[in-house]
Amino acid sequence: MNKILKKTELSEDIKDIIVHSPVIARKRKPGQFIILRINETGERIPLTIVDSSPEEGTIRLIFQEIGKTTYALGDLEEGDTILDIAGPLGNPTHIEKFGTVVMVGGGVGVAVVYPVTVAMKAAGNNVISIIGARTHDLMILEREMASVSDRLIVTTDDGSYGMHGFVTDALQALIDEGVKIDLCLAIGPVVMMRAVSSHTEKYNIHTVVSLNSVMIDGTGMCGGCRVTVDEKTRFVCVDGPEFDGHKVDYDELIKRQQAYLPQEKQSLEQYLKEREKGCALDAKSKELQVEK
Amino acid sequence: MTEQKKPKAAAPGKKPAGKPLKPKKPKILRQSMPEQPPEQRIHNFKEVPYGFPLEMARFEASRCINCKDPKCIEGCPVEIDIPGFIIAIRDGKLEEAARIMKEDNALPAICGRVCPQEDQCEKVCVIGIKGEPVAIGRLERFIADWERENGRIVIPDIAPPTGRKVAVVGSGPAGLTVAGELSRMGHDVTIFEALHKPGGVLMYGIPEFRLPKAIVEAEVDYVKSLGVKIVYNAVIGKYLTIKELMEEEGFHAVFIGNGAGLPYFMNIPGENLNGVSSANEYLTRANLMKAYDFPHHDTPIVKSRKVAVLGGGNVAMDSARTALRLGAEEVTVVYRRSRVEMPARIEEIHHAEEEGIKFKLLTNPTRINGNADNWVESMTCIQMELGEPDESGRRRPIPIPGSEFDIEVDTVVVSIGNGANPLLTKATPGLKTNKWGNIIADDETCETSLKGVYAGGDIVIGAATVILAMGAGKLASRAMHKYLMSLKV
Repeated sequence: MNKILKKTELSEDIKDIIVHSPVIARKRKPGQFIILRINETGERIPLTIVDSSPEEGTIRLIFQEIGKTTYALGDLEEGDTILDIAGPLGNPTHIEKFGTVVMVGGGVGVAVVYPVTVAMKAAGNNVISIIGARTHDLMILEREMASVSDRLIVTTDDGSYGMHGFVTDALQALIDEGVKIDLCLAIGPVVMMRAVSSHTEKYNIHTVVSLNSVMIDGTGMCGGCRVTVDEKTRFVCVDGPEFDGHKVDYDELIKRQQAYLPQEKQSLEQYLKEREKGCALDAKSKELQVEK
Repeated sequence: MTEQKKPKAAAPGKKPAGKPLKPKKPKILRQSMPEQPPEQRIHNFKEVPYGFPLEMARFEASRCINCKDPKCIEGCPVEIDIPGFIIAIRDGKLEEAARIMKEDNALPAICGRVCPQEDQCEKVCVIGIKGEPVAIGRLERFIADWERENGRIVIPDIAPPTGRKVAVVGSGPAGLTVAGELSRMGHDVTIFEALHKPGGVLMYGIPEFRLPKAIVEAEVDYVKSLGVKIVYNAVIGKYLTIKELMEEEGFHAVFIGNGAGLPYFMNIPGENLNGVSSANEYLTRANLMKAYDFPHHDTPIVKSRKVAVLGGGNVAMDSARTALRLGAEEVTVVYRRSRVEMPARIEEIHHAEEEGIKFKLLTNPTRINGNADNWVESMTCIQMELGEPDESGRRRPIPIPGSEFDIEVDTVVVSIGNGANPLLTKATPGLKTNKWGNIIADDETCETSLKGVYAGGDIVIGAATVILAMGAGKLASRAMHKYLMSLKV
């Protein structure tokens, strides 16, 4: 259980792993996530399930190396085991035939958009996808997204690939074309989701966002993932992760996500320092073996 | 037993009745456990009391008069043969004492530490009528610790396999009890635990300094040694449903003991500021995730200077004392009623006071104020007074108009209780719940509205105590055994 069977680098800091987890592979639905803990001293972090293969009993996870845990996860190799994986958690995305749906993914958020896009397409929707990244090298899952979209628009902030601009620019272009959008689903950095939501609000386009907040248990027990939606406190883990994009208090969410920033920074710096030392030791021990 | 007969204690100011012919034997007082001094313990997470040394335990045990009609057994939700094990301790037969105790309670080292004995066995102790009751809880702890520390844990006889499979949801006190009992009766028992460690609230909620986690693990190991299997990271309702457990995974019966697990908030402005957390989150970070050992353990916890803990229960005391140990300069418990209404155990309040926790009683927060970075800066409170008793029988606190005042805080821990977590019940059609979301289960048998499904502990009675959950586990095990044996397999 929980063995990493395959590991791929999608970009310099975005990793894609296939993990053996048969029950979750069978049970998960698009939009759901898992919570994992790498080792005995590890923290619990949520990650969206990108894909699964019930036949092979595997789930697919894609993550960006940002903090200690994601770095350490990225350092695991094929054959290594993740100590704990709990899931599938959260509510699945509400899938039905809405008509034309626009799927917007930014950065590593494309990995979260992908499984929902698959389901939206399968439900018979006309799927237009917009995926954006800072620069071409950080663009992920383009081929996969193209295969499940009726139309795919790619944007980069620096213009190194596809349309030069933000995902909101691409969205505006669609609106200007006169495309009638029945639903927009936006997943990515909070600032991006906020921008997309404020954009679609002007045009009365129903918009769903998927939130990623600080979590421990993921079952509603700790309440650490509190978010204000429509002026009410909701728990991302059990009430979400998807909410009406026009009603989320994004400012509060951004600040809550940063609550442990100094500690996270300290943790990461220490990890990277130890990793460097570990590498040096590894090289040293290899040298010694050669000398023997 | 004659040496146990003591002259009746005289009421103060009165001459003793009767004419004693012999000089009175000195009365043995209730023995206190040695403990870490407050100024030392506020800097560490080690357990506060050290426990009785053997001589002290035997001395205390000698206060038990082994009454013909022992009220203490009735006072115990799991009906331990209390005089039986105490007399064995008195006589130095420690192995026998441990065996007697384990007959009815698989988790004695835990119960000896966290049971509210003053409301149960010790409340009805005959010795307590005229003096202080026998320290049953401390003796329970003593014998459990002796057994474990000396490697004398004995696995009792286990009935031959019955061929019946039982799933238990949750490895807290209710689940562990029902699992242990059913396993001893020969059933094949698997516990499904949502977290990555066993014990439920014993592991994530109660702090190390009150209940060391190594002790919880040792008692869980004992339950495992009875044949119980535990599957971790299994959130029933998501991972598998009750229906799937019974129809696809081959379990003949299910016990639900998933606990309360839905933290209440005050619903006042500012509650989502950084620096505000539920006691569940605060304690889970500190206990389960060992955030007090950050950065050696990865999970962080807020660094605080001035902490307010809202609420007056045991969990509030645990949060306050945890905050102090994490390095806070000033920790204040803010409670809307008065001292006498505080639901926390007297011992916990006493320990908190000794450690320098402040109490702001008859005080209710009305708003939490933040700075530009969304961090807590202060809290506005209003003074309360007590009015007529409410439905709980306690006098209702009423705000005094115009009495608002601010206190400076950077951390607020909300510890005002837990409701029923709906995750499992929502995923279980046909399972009846009451208007608060608690599962409806029979008082005597723990049967729910679904055939073969039983429930007990906080998910049924609302947030309560470890021992009441264990009591439910015990009741359920009897009913479940009967049900299981009525099935043809």
